[in-house]
Amino acid sequence: MQDGMQSLNWAFLTQMPAPVGEVGGGMANAIMGTGMIVGMAMLIGIPLGIGGGIYLSEYGRGQLAFWLRYLSDLLAGTPSIVIGIFVYVLIVVPTKHFSALAGSVALGIMMVPTITRTTEEMLKMVPRDLREASLALGISQWRTILSIVLAAGSSGIITGILLSISRVAGETAPLLFTAFGNRFWNTDVSQPTAALPLQIFAYAISPYDDWQSQAWAGALLLIMLVLCLNVTARFIRRGH
Amino acid sequence: MSHIRIENLSVQFGDHQALRDVSIDVKRHAVTAIIGPSGCGKSTLIRSINRMHDTIPTSAVSGKIFLDGEDVLKMSDVTALRRRVGMVFQRPNPFPTMSIYDNVAAGLRLNGKQNRREMEERVVKSITQAALWNEVKDRLHKSPMSLSGGQQQRLCIARALAVQPEVLLLDEPCSALDPIATARVEELIDELKSRFTIVMVTHNMQQAARTSQYTAFMYMGQLIEYGNTTELFTKPKVQQTEDYITGRFG
Repeated sequence: MQDGMQSLNWAFLTQMPAPVGEVGGGMANAIMGTGMIVGMAMLIGIPLGIGGGIYLSEYGRGQLAFWLRYLSDLLAGTPSIVIGIFVYVLIVVPTKHFSALAGSVALGIMMVPTITRTTEEMLKMVPRDLREASLALGISQWRTILSIVLAAGSSGIITGILLSISRVAGETAPLLFTAFGNRFWNTDVSQPTAALPLQIFAYAISPYDDWQSQAWAGALLLIMLVLCLNVTARFIRRGH
Repeated sequence: MSHIRIENLSVQFGDHQALRDVSIDVKRHAVTAIIGPSGCGKSTLIRSINRMHDTIPTSAVSGKIFLDGEDVLKMSDVTALRRRVGMVFQRPNPFPTMSIYDNVAAGLRLNGKQNRREMEERVVKSITQAALWNEVKDRLHKSPMSLSGGQQQRLCIARALAVQPEVLLLDEPCSALDPIATARVEELIDELKSRFTIVMVTHNMQQAARTSQYTAFMYMGQLIEYGNTTELFTKPKVQQTEDYITGRFG
Protein backbone atom coordinates (compact mmCIF):
# COMPACT_ATOMS: atom_id res chain seq x y z
CA MET A 1 0.00 0.00 0.00
CA GLN A 2 2.70 2.41 1.04
CA ASP A 3 4.85 1.47 -1.92
CA GLY A 4 1.93 2.13 -4.16
CA MET A 5 1.10 5.49 -2.63
CA GLN A 6 4.61 6.73 -3.23
CA SER A 7 4.51 6.13 -6.95
CA LEU A 8 0.91 6.98 -7.56
CA ASN A 9 0.95 10.54 -8.80
CA TRP A 10 -0.34 12.65 -11.66
CA ALA A 11 2.48 11.67 -13.96
CA PHE A 12 1.68 8.02 -13.38
CA LEU A 13 -1.84 8.59 -14.59
CA THR A 14 -0.98 10.73 -17.59
CA GLN A 15 2.44 9.71 -18.88
CA MET A 16 3.58 6.90 -21.07
CA PRO A 17 5.92 4.18 -19.79
CA ALA A 18 9.52 5.35 -19.64
CA PRO A 19 12.38 3.24 -20.93
CA VAL A 20 14.37 1.28 -18.36
CA GLY A 21 16.76 3.51 -16.42
CA GLU A 22 14.87 6.68 -17.00
CA VAL A 23 13.09 8.19 -14.05
CA GLY A 24 9.37 8.83 -14.16
CA GLY A 25 6.89 7.65 -16.72
CA GLY A 26 3.46 6.27 -16.11
CA MET A 27 0.81 3.87 -17.23
CA ALA A 28 -1.50 6.14 -19.19
CA ASN A 29 -1.59 3.67 -22.05
CA ALA A 30 -2.53 0.82 -19.74
CA ILE A 31 -5.27 2.81 -18.04
CA MET A 32 -6.65 3.75 -21.43
CA GLY A 33 -6.32 0.15 -22.62
CA THR A 34 -8.17 -1.22 -19.62
CA GLY A 35 -10.92 1.32 -20.17
CA MET A 36 -11.19 0.35 -23.81
CA ILE A 37 -11.08 -3.39 -23.26
CA VAL A 38 -13.52 -3.36 -20.36
CA GLY A 39 -15.81 -0.99 -22.21
CA MET A 40 -16.03 -3.31 -25.19
CA ALA A 41 -16.36 -6.30 -22.88
CA MET A 42 -19.43 -4.61 -21.42
CA LEU A 43 -20.91 -4.23 -24.89
CA ILE A 44 -20.54 -7.97 -25.32
CA GLY A 45 -21.26 -9.22 -21.83
CA ILE A 46 -24.21 -7.08 -20.75
CA PRO A 47 -26.63 -7.77 -23.61
CA LEU A 48 -25.78 -11.47 -23.63
CA GLY A 49 -26.01 -11.71 -19.86
CA ILE A 50 -29.29 -9.85 -19.55
CA GLY A 51 -30.73 -11.71 -22.52
CA GLY A 52 -29.79 -15.02 -20.95
CA GLY A 53 -31.23 -13.96 -17.61
CA ILE A 54 -34.52 -12.92 -19.19
CA TYR A 55 -34.75 -16.17 -21.07
CA LEU A 56 -34.07 -18.28 -17.98
CA SER A 57 -36.47 -16.44 -15.73
CA GLU A 58 -39.35 -15.84 -18.13
CA TYR A 59 -39.26 -18.75 -20.52
CA GLY A 60 -36.77 -21.13 -18.97
CA ARG A 61 -38.56 -24.38 -18.41
CA GLY A 62 -37.48 -26.91 -21.00
CA GLN A 63 -34.33 -28.77 -21.90
CA LEU A 64 -32.66 -25.76 -23.46
CA ALA A 65 -33.04 -23.76 -20.26
CA PHE A 66 -31.55 -26.59 -18.25
CA TRP A 67 -28.48 -26.72 -20.47
CA LEU A 68 -28.17 -22.97 -20.61
CA ARG A 69 -28.26 -22.73 -16.83
CA TYR A 70 -25.75 -25.56 -16.62
CA LEU A 71 -23.45 -23.91 -19.15
CA SER A 72 -23.68 -20.64 -17.28
CA ASP A 73 -22.69 -22.32 -14.02
CA LEU A 74 -19.88 -24.12 -15.77
CA LEU A 75 -18.64 -20.88 -17.28
CA ALA A 76 -18.73 -19.18 -13.90
CA GLY A 77 -16.42 -21.88 -12.59
CA THR A 78 -14.07 -21.98 -15.56
CA PRO A 79 -10.56 -20.71 -14.74
CA SER A 80 -10.03 -17.41 -16.49
CA ILE A 81 -6.87 -18.60 -18.23
CA VAL A 82 -8.87 -21.33 -19.95
CA ILE A 83 -11.20 -18.69 -21.32
CA GLY A 84 -8.12 -16.77 -22.46
CA ILE A 85 -6.82 -19.76 -24.37
CA PHE A 86 -10.25 -20.42 -25.82
CA VAL A 87 -10.46 -16.90 -27.21
CA TYR A 88 -6.86 -17.15 -28.41
CA VAL A 89 -7.82 -20.12 -30.56
CA LEU A 90 -11.09 -18.51 -31.59
CA ILE A 91 -9.91 -15.03 -32.51
CA VAL A 92 -6.18 -14.46 -32.19
CA VAL A 93 -5.11 -17.44 -34.30
CA PRO A 94 -7.45 -16.76 -37.24
CA THR A 95 -6.71 -13.02 -37.29
CA LYS A 96 -3.00 -13.62 -36.65
CA HIS A 97 -3.06 -10.69 -34.23
CA PHE A 98 -3.26 -10.15 -30.54
CA SER A 99 -5.89 -7.49 -30.13
CA ALA A 100 -7.93 -5.43 -27.71
CA LEU A 101 -11.02 -6.95 -29.29
CA ALA A 102 -9.91 -10.46 -28.39
CA GLY A 103 -9.29 -9.29 -24.83
CA SER A 104 -12.76 -7.80 -24.70
CA VAL A 105 -14.32 -10.99 -25.97
CA ALA A 106 -12.53 -12.95 -23.24
CA LEU A 107 -13.63 -10.56 -20.51
CA GLY A 108 -17.10 -10.28 -21.99
CA ILE A 109 -17.50 -14.05 -21.84
CA MET A 110 -16.41 -13.94 -18.22
CA MET A 111 -19.05 -11.35 -17.40
CA VAL A 112 -21.93 -13.31 -18.84
CA PRO A 113 -22.58 -15.89 -16.09
CA THR A 114 -22.63 -13.34 -13.26
CA ILE A 115 -25.00 -11.06 -15.13
CA THR A 116 -27.19 -13.92 -16.27
CA ARG A 117 -27.56 -15.26 -12.77
CA THR A 118 -28.29 -11.93 -11.10
CA THR A 119 -30.74 -10.99 -13.84
CA GLU A 120 -32.52 -14.31 -13.48
CA GLU A 121 -32.70 -14.02 -9.69
CA MET A 122 -33.84 -10.40 -9.77
CA LEU A 123 -36.55 -11.04 -12.36
CA LYS A 124 -37.81 -14.02 -10.40
CA MET A 125 -38.21 -11.74 -7.39
CA VAL A 126 -40.48 -9.37 -9.28
CA PRO A 127 -43.98 -10.19 -8.02
CA ARG A 128 -46.47 -11.95 -10.28
CA ASP A 129 -48.96 -9.17 -9.53
CA LEU A 130 -46.92 -6.73 -11.54
CA ARG A 131 -46.72 -8.91 -14.62
CA GLU A 132 -50.41 -9.65 -14.45
CA ALA A 133 -51.22 -5.97 -14.05
CA SER A 134 -49.30 -5.25 -17.21
CA LEU A 135 -50.65 -8.18 -19.21
CA ALA A 136 -54.19 -7.27 -18.15
CA LEU A 137 -53.72 -3.86 -19.76
CA GLY A 138 -53.26 -5.59 -23.08
CA ILE A 139 -49.52 -5.06 -23.07
CA SER A 140 -47.70 -7.85 -24.88
CA GLN A 141 -45.54 -10.25 -22.93
CA TRP A 142 -42.39 -8.91 -24.54
CA ARG A 143 -43.15 -5.29 -23.68
CA THR A 144 -44.15 -6.38 -20.20
CA ILE A 145 -40.77 -7.96 -19.64
CA LEU A 146 -38.81 -5.05 -21.08
CA SER A 147 -40.72 -2.13 -19.60
CA ILE A 148 -42.22 -3.45 -16.40
CA VAL A 149 -40.35 -6.47 -15.13
CA LEU A 150 -36.85 -5.37 -16.10
CA ALA A 151 -37.46 -1.90 -14.65
CA ALA A 152 -38.64 -3.38 -11.37
CA GLY A 153 -35.51 -5.51 -11.10
CA SER A 154 -33.12 -2.92 -12.47
CA SER A 155 -31.29 -1.97 -9.29
CA GLY A 156 -30.30 -5.57 -8.65
CA ILE A 157 -29.29 -6.08 -12.25
CA ILE A 158 -27.12 -2.96 -12.26
CA THR A 159 -25.47 -4.19 -9.09
CA GLY A 160 -24.74 -7.49 -10.80
CA ILE A 161 -23.26 -5.71 -13.79
CA LEU A 162 -21.00 -3.52 -11.64
CA LEU A 163 -19.79 -6.54 -9.69
CA SER A 164 -19.04 -8.43 -12.86
CA ILE A 165 -17.12 -5.43 -14.22
CA SER A 166 -15.10 -5.13 -11.06
CA ARG A 167 -14.35 -8.80 -11.31
CA VAL A 168 -13.05 -8.77 -14.88
CA ALA A 169 -11.29 -5.40 -14.68
CA GLY A 170 -8.53 -6.97 -12.63
CA GLU A 171 -8.16 -10.13 -14.70
CA THR A 172 -4.69 -10.78 -16.07
CA ALA A 173 -4.73 -14.34 -17.28
CA PRO A 174 -7.33 -14.07 -20.05
CA LEU A 175 -5.58 -10.98 -21.41
CA LEU A 176 -2.16 -12.64 -21.67
CA PHE A 177 -3.22 -14.56 -24.76
CA THR A 178 -5.56 -11.99 -26.18
CA ALA A 179 -4.82 -8.29 -25.64
CA PHE A 180 -1.20 -9.23 -24.97
CA GLY A 181 -0.05 -5.79 -23.78
CA ASN A 182 1.67 -2.91 -25.50
CA ARG A 183 4.29 -0.38 -24.50
CA PHE A 184 2.78 2.31 -26.66
CA TRP A 185 -0.42 4.31 -26.93
CA ASN A 186 -2.95 2.40 -28.93
CA THR A 187 -6.60 2.98 -29.69
CA ASP A 188 -6.93 0.52 -32.54
CA VAL A 189 -9.04 -2.40 -31.34
CA SER A 190 -7.38 -4.80 -33.76
CA GLN A 191 -3.92 -4.18 -32.30
CA PRO A 192 -2.28 -5.51 -29.16
CA THR A 193 -3.24 -3.25 -26.29
CA ALA A 194 -1.95 -2.55 -22.84
CA ALA A 195 -4.07 -3.15 -19.78
CA LEU A 196 -3.46 -2.34 -16.14
CA PRO A 197 -3.23 -5.90 -14.87
CA LEU A 198 -0.89 -6.84 -17.71
CA GLN A 199 1.38 -3.89 -17.07
CA ILE A 200 1.41 -4.63 -13.37
CA PHE A 201 2.34 -8.20 -14.12
CA ALA A 202 5.12 -7.22 -16.50
CA TYR A 203 6.54 -4.59 -14.16
CA ALA A 204 6.27 -6.64 -11.01
CA ILE A 205 8.34 -9.49 -12.40
CA SER A 206 10.94 -7.13 -13.82
CA PRO A 207 14.26 -6.72 -11.97
CA TYR A 208 14.14 -2.89 -11.93
CA ASP A 209 13.24 -1.02 -8.77
CA ASP A 210 11.37 1.86 -10.35
CA TRP A 211 9.33 -0.53 -12.49
CA GLN A 212 8.45 -2.51 -9.42
CA SER A 213 7.28 0.56 -7.58
CA GLN A 214 5.21 1.46 -10.61
CA ALA A 215 3.67 -2.00 -10.44
CA TRP A 216 2.69 -1.25 -6.86
CA ALA A 217 1.08 1.97 -7.93
CA GLY A 218 -0.81 0.19 -10.70
CA ALA A 219 -2.01 -2.42 -8.25
CA LEU A 220 -3.24 0.28 -5.90
CA LEU A 221 -5.08 2.02 -8.71
CA LEU A 222 -6.72 -1.23 -9.74
CA ILE A 223 -7.80 -2.00 -6.20
CA MET A 224 -9.26 1.45 -5.83
CA LEU A 225 -11.16 1.02 -9.07
CA VAL A 226 -12.59 -2.30 -7.96
CA LEU A 227 -13.41 -0.92 -4.54
CA CYS A 228 -15.22 2.02 -6.10
CA LEU A 229 -17.32 -0.28 -8.26
CA ASN A 230 -18.16 -2.45 -5.29
CA VAL A 231 -19.14 0.44 -3.10
CA THR A 232 -21.28 1.89 -5.87
CA ALA A 233 -22.92 -1.49 -6.34
CA ARG A 234 -23.65 -1.74 -2.64
CA PHE A 235 -24.99 1.78 -2.60
CA ILE A 236 -27.41 1.14 -5.45
CA ARG A 237 -28.55 -2.05 -3.81
CA ARG A 238 -29.27 -0.35 -0.51
CA GLY A 239 -30.84 2.70 -2.09
CA HIS A 240 -33.59 0.51 -3.48
CA MET B 1 -79.12 -7.42 -22.99
CA SER B 2 -76.24 -9.69 -22.23
CA HIS B 3 -72.73 -8.53 -22.93
CA ILE B 4 -70.82 -11.63 -21.99
CA ARG B 5 -72.26 -15.09 -22.40
CA ILE B 6 -70.41 -17.97 -20.86
CA GLU B 7 -71.38 -21.48 -21.89
CA ASN B 8 -70.26 -24.68 -20.20
CA LEU B 9 -66.96 -23.27 -19.06
CA SER B 10 -64.59 -25.68 -17.34
CA VAL B 11 -61.11 -24.84 -16.18
CA GLN B 12 -58.49 -27.26 -15.01
CA PHE B 13 -55.07 -26.62 -13.49
CA GLY B 14 -53.10 -29.83 -13.75
CA ASP B 15 -55.25 -32.39 -11.91
CA HIS B 16 -57.28 -29.78 -10.12
CA GLN B 17 -60.68 -29.01 -11.57
CA ALA B 18 -61.23 -25.38 -10.63
CA LEU B 19 -64.36 -24.72 -12.63
CA ARG B 20 -67.02 -27.18 -13.72
CA ASP B 21 -69.50 -26.49 -16.47
CA VAL B 22 -70.37 -22.91 -15.63
CA SER B 23 -72.88 -21.05 -17.78
CA ILE B 24 -73.79 -17.47 -17.09
CA ASP B 25 -75.07 -14.38 -18.91
CA VAL B 26 -73.52 -11.09 -17.83
CA LYS B 27 -75.71 -8.04 -18.47
CA ARG B 28 -74.39 -4.94 -20.17
CA HIS B 29 -73.79 -1.82 -18.08
CA ALA B 30 -74.59 -3.41 -14.76
CA VAL B 31 -72.61 -4.76 -11.84
CA THR B 32 -72.57 -8.52 -11.53
CA ALA B 33 -71.19 -9.81 -8.26
CA ILE B 34 -69.77 -13.28 -7.84
CA ILE B 35 -69.84 -14.58 -4.31
CA GLY B 36 -68.89 -17.83 -2.66
CA PRO B 37 -66.43 -19.28 -0.17
CA SER B 38 -62.68 -19.18 -0.82
CA GLY B 39 -61.48 -21.54 -3.48
CA CYS B 40 -64.89 -21.89 -5.11
CA GLY B 41 -63.61 -20.69 -8.48
CA LYS B 42 -64.80 -17.08 -8.40
CA SER B 43 -61.46 -15.65 -9.49
CA THR B 44 -60.88 -18.48 -11.93
CA LEU B 45 -64.16 -17.57 -13.60
CA ILE B 46 -63.43 -13.89 -14.14
CA ARG B 47 -59.81 -14.52 -15.09
CA SER B 48 -61.10 -16.73 -17.90
CA ILE B 49 -62.88 -13.76 -19.42
CA ASN B 50 -59.67 -11.87 -20.21
CA ARG B 51 -57.70 -15.09 -20.66
CA MET B 52 -55.30 -14.59 -17.81
CA HIS B 53 -55.03 -18.36 -17.60
CA ASP B 54 -53.00 -18.25 -20.80
CA THR B 55 -49.99 -17.41 -18.66
CA ILE B 56 -50.27 -20.65 -16.69
CA PRO B 57 -48.89 -23.52 -18.72
CA THR B 58 -50.76 -26.26 -16.85
CA SER B 59 -54.18 -24.69 -17.35
CA ALA B 60 -56.80 -26.15 -19.64
CA VAL B 61 -59.91 -24.16 -20.50
CA SER B 62 -62.91 -25.59 -22.32
CA GLY B 63 -66.32 -24.19 -23.17
CA LYS B 64 -67.27 -20.91 -24.74
CA ILE B 65 -67.09 -17.29 -23.64
CA PHE B 66 -68.85 -14.87 -25.96
CA LEU B 67 -68.03 -11.19 -25.77
CA ASP B 68 -70.62 -9.47 -27.94
CA GLY B 69 -71.07 -12.71 -29.79
CA GLU B 70 -67.39 -13.34 -30.46
CA ASP B 71 -65.74 -16.32 -28.80
CA VAL B 72 -63.01 -15.01 -26.52
CA LEU B 73 -61.24 -18.35 -26.35
CA LYS B 74 -60.82 -18.39 -30.13
CA MET B 75 -59.48 -14.86 -30.46
CA SER B 76 -56.00 -14.80 -31.93
CA ASP B 77 -54.94 -11.46 -30.43
CA VAL B 78 -55.08 -11.72 -26.66
CA THR B 79 -53.73 -8.22 -26.15
CA ALA B 80 -56.65 -6.74 -28.12
CA LEU B 81 -59.05 -8.73 -25.98
CA ARG B 82 -57.41 -7.50 -22.80
CA ARG B 83 -57.72 -3.93 -23.94
CA ARG B 84 -61.47 -4.51 -24.25
CA VAL B 85 -61.69 -6.32 -20.93
CA GLY B 86 -59.83 -4.48 -18.18
CA MET B 87 -58.96 -5.98 -14.85
CA VAL B 88 -58.27 -4.77 -11.32
CA PHE B 89 -56.70 -7.10 -8.83
CA GLN B 90 -57.12 -7.96 -5.19
CA ARG B 91 -54.03 -6.15 -3.99
CA PRO B 92 -53.30 -2.70 -5.40
CA ASN B 93 -50.43 -3.22 -7.82
CA PRO B 94 -49.28 0.06 -9.35
CA PHE B 95 -45.98 -0.13 -11.24
CA PRO B 96 -43.48 0.94 -8.56
CA THR B 97 -40.86 2.33 -10.94
CA MET B 98 -43.27 4.67 -12.71
CA SER B 99 -44.88 7.92 -11.62
CA ILE B 100 -48.61 8.20 -11.00
CA TYR B 101 -49.05 9.75 -14.44
CA ASP B 102 -46.96 7.10 -16.15
CA ASN B 103 -48.89 4.34 -14.45
CA VAL B 104 -52.10 5.52 -16.03
CA ALA B 105 -50.37 6.21 -19.34
CA ALA B 106 -48.63 2.81 -19.38
CA GLY B 107 -51.43 0.96 -21.11
CA LEU B 108 -51.52 3.55 -23.89
CA ARG B 109 -47.81 4.09 -24.21
CA LEU B 110 -46.75 0.46 -24.22
CA ASN B 111 -49.39 -0.34 -26.80
CA GLY B 112 -47.82 2.16 -29.18
CA LYS B 113 -49.44 5.08 -31.02
CA GLN B 114 -51.09 8.00 -29.17
CA ASN B 115 -49.76 11.52 -29.42
CA ARG B 116 -48.85 13.52 -26.32
CA ARG B 117 -51.92 15.68 -26.07
CA GLU B 118 -54.36 12.89 -26.65
CA MET B 119 -52.55 10.84 -24.06
CA GLU B 120 -52.61 13.61 -21.50
CA GLU B 121 -56.33 14.10 -22.02
CA ARG B 122 -56.95 10.42 -21.63
CA VAL B 123 -54.86 10.18 -18.46
CA VAL B 124 -56.60 13.13 -16.81
CA LYS B 125 -59.98 11.79 -17.82
CA SER B 126 -59.23 8.33 -16.45
CA ILE B 127 -57.96 9.65 -13.14
CA THR B 128 -61.02 11.86 -12.86
CA GLN B 129 -63.29 8.93 -13.70
CA ALA B 130 -61.60 6.96 -10.96
CA ALA B 131 -62.44 9.79 -8.51
CA LEU B 132 -58.79 10.33 -7.74
CA TRP B 133 -58.03 13.60 -9.50
CA ASN B 134 -58.28 15.96 -6.55
CA GLU B 135 -56.01 13.79 -4.45
CA VAL B 136 -53.22 13.37 -6.97
CA LYS B 137 -53.37 16.40 -9.24
CA ASP B 138 -50.44 18.04 -7.43
CA ARG B 139 -48.24 14.99 -7.46
CA LEU B 140 -48.80 13.35 -10.81
CA HIS B 141 -45.09 12.88 -11.30
CA LYS B 142 -44.40 11.39 -7.88
CA SER B 143 -44.18 7.71 -7.10
CA PRO B 144 -47.49 5.90 -6.63
CA MET B 145 -46.02 4.13 -3.61
CA SER B 146 -46.62 7.24 -1.51
CA LEU B 147 -50.39 6.88 -1.98
CA SER B 148 -52.61 5.08 0.52
CA GLY B 149 -53.90 1.59 -0.28
CA GLY B 150 -57.30 2.92 -1.30
CA GLN B 151 -55.77 5.57 -3.53
CA GLN B 152 -53.48 2.99 -5.09
CA GLN B 153 -56.46 0.81 -5.86
CA ARG B 154 -58.29 3.71 -7.50
CA LEU B 155 -55.12 4.43 -9.43
CA CYS B 156 -55.21 0.84 -10.69
CA ILE B 157 -58.82 1.39 -11.73
CA ALA B 158 -57.77 4.59 -13.54
CA ARG B 159 -54.99 2.67 -15.23
CA ALA B 160 -57.47 0.07 -16.42
CA LEU B 161 -59.92 2.74 -17.62
CA ALA B 162 -57.27 4.54 -19.65
CA VAL B 163 -57.22 1.86 -22.33
CA GLN B 164 -60.98 2.35 -22.71
CA PRO B 165 -62.29 -1.13 -22.03
CA GLU B 166 -65.93 -2.18 -22.32
CA VAL B 167 -65.78 -4.58 -19.44
CA LEU B 168 -64.11 -4.20 -16.06
CA LEU B 169 -63.24 -7.29 -14.07
CA LEU B 170 -62.70 -6.59 -10.40
CA ASP B 171 -61.09 -9.38 -8.41
CA GLU B 172 -61.93 -8.65 -4.77
CA PRO B 173 -60.97 -5.02 -5.28
CA CYS B 174 -61.65 -4.01 -1.69
CA SER B 175 -60.32 -6.94 0.28
CA ALA B 176 -57.04 -5.18 1.10
CA LEU B 177 -58.71 -1.86 1.95
CA ASP B 178 -60.10 -0.30 5.11
CA PRO B 179 -63.85 0.46 5.39
CA ILE B 180 -63.57 4.10 4.34
CA ALA B 181 -61.47 3.31 1.28
CA THR B 182 -63.87 0.47 0.52
CA ALA B 183 -66.83 2.83 0.62
CA ARG B 184 -65.10 5.14 -1.85
CA VAL B 185 -64.33 2.33 -4.26
CA GLU B 186 -67.90 1.06 -4.02
CA GLU B 187 -69.17 4.53 -4.78
CA LEU B 188 -66.88 4.59 -7.78
CA ILE B 189 -68.11 1.22 -9.01
CA ASP B 190 -71.63 2.53 -8.80
CA GLU B 191 -70.72 5.51 -10.99
CA LEU B 192 -68.81 3.44 -13.50
CA LYS B 193 -71.60 0.98 -14.18
CA SER B 194 -73.37 3.42 -16.48
CA ARG B 195 -70.50 3.15 -18.94
CA PHE B 196 -68.94 -0.21 -18.27
CA THR B 197 -70.03 -3.76 -17.73
CA ILE B 198 -68.62 -4.71 -14.37
CA VAL B 199 -68.00 -8.18 -13.04
CA MET B 200 -66.85 -8.18 -9.45
CA VAL B 201 -65.63 -11.02 -7.32
CA THR B 202 -66.17 -10.47 -3.62
CA HIS B 203 -66.24 -12.56 -0.51
CA ASN B 204 -68.15 -9.83 1.25
CA MET B 205 -71.87 -10.50 0.90
CA GLN B 206 -72.91 -7.07 2.14
CA GLN B 207 -70.76 -5.57 -0.57
CA ALA B 208 -72.42 -7.71 -3.20
CA ALA B 209 -75.85 -6.73 -1.89
CA ARG B 210 -74.93 -3.04 -1.81
CA THR B 211 -73.24 -2.61 -5.15
CA SER B 212 -74.50 -5.20 -7.60
CA GLN B 213 -77.65 -5.67 -9.65
CA TYR B 214 -76.99 -9.34 -10.34
CA THR B 215 -75.35 -11.91 -8.14
CA ALA B 216 -73.95 -15.32 -8.84
CA PHE B 217 -73.30 -17.77 -6.04
CA MET B 218 -70.60 -20.32 -6.65
CA TYR B 219 -69.55 -23.32 -4.66
CA MET B 220 -66.84 -25.89 -5.35
CA GLY B 221 -66.25 -24.73 -8.90
CA GLN B 222 -69.91 -24.78 -9.86
CA LEU B 223 -72.47 -22.08 -10.35
CA ILE B 224 -75.20 -22.76 -7.79
CA GLU B 225 -77.52 -19.84 -8.32
CA TYR B 226 -77.60 -16.73 -10.43
CA GLY B 227 -80.10 -13.93 -10.58
CA ASN B 228 -81.25 -10.53 -9.54
CA THR B 229 -79.31 -9.46 -6.44
CA THR B 230 -82.34 -8.51 -4.35
CA GLU B 231 -84.08 -11.75 -5.18
CA LEU B 232 -81.05 -13.88 -4.53
CA PHE B 233 -80.51 -12.34 -1.13
CA THR B 234 -84.14 -12.20 -0.02
CA LYS B 235 -85.60 -15.38 -1.47
CA PRO B 236 -82.89 -17.69 -2.76
CA LYS B 237 -84.14 -20.66 -4.75
CA VAL B 238 -81.46 -23.10 -3.75
CA GLN B 239 -80.93 -24.35 -0.20
CA GLN B 240 -77.13 -24.03 -0.46
CA THR B 241 -77.39 -20.35 -1.37
CA GLU B 242 -79.63 -19.73 1.58
CA ASP B 243 -77.25 -21.55 3.90
CA TYR B 244 -74.37 -19.48 2.65
CA ILE B 245 -75.98 -16.06 2.78
CA THR B 246 -77.44 -16.70 6.20
CA GLY B 247 -73.98 -17.64 7.39
CA ARG B 248 -74.51 -21.31 8.06
CA PHE B 249 -71.29 -22.16 6.20
CA GLY B 250 -68.49 -20.51 4.26
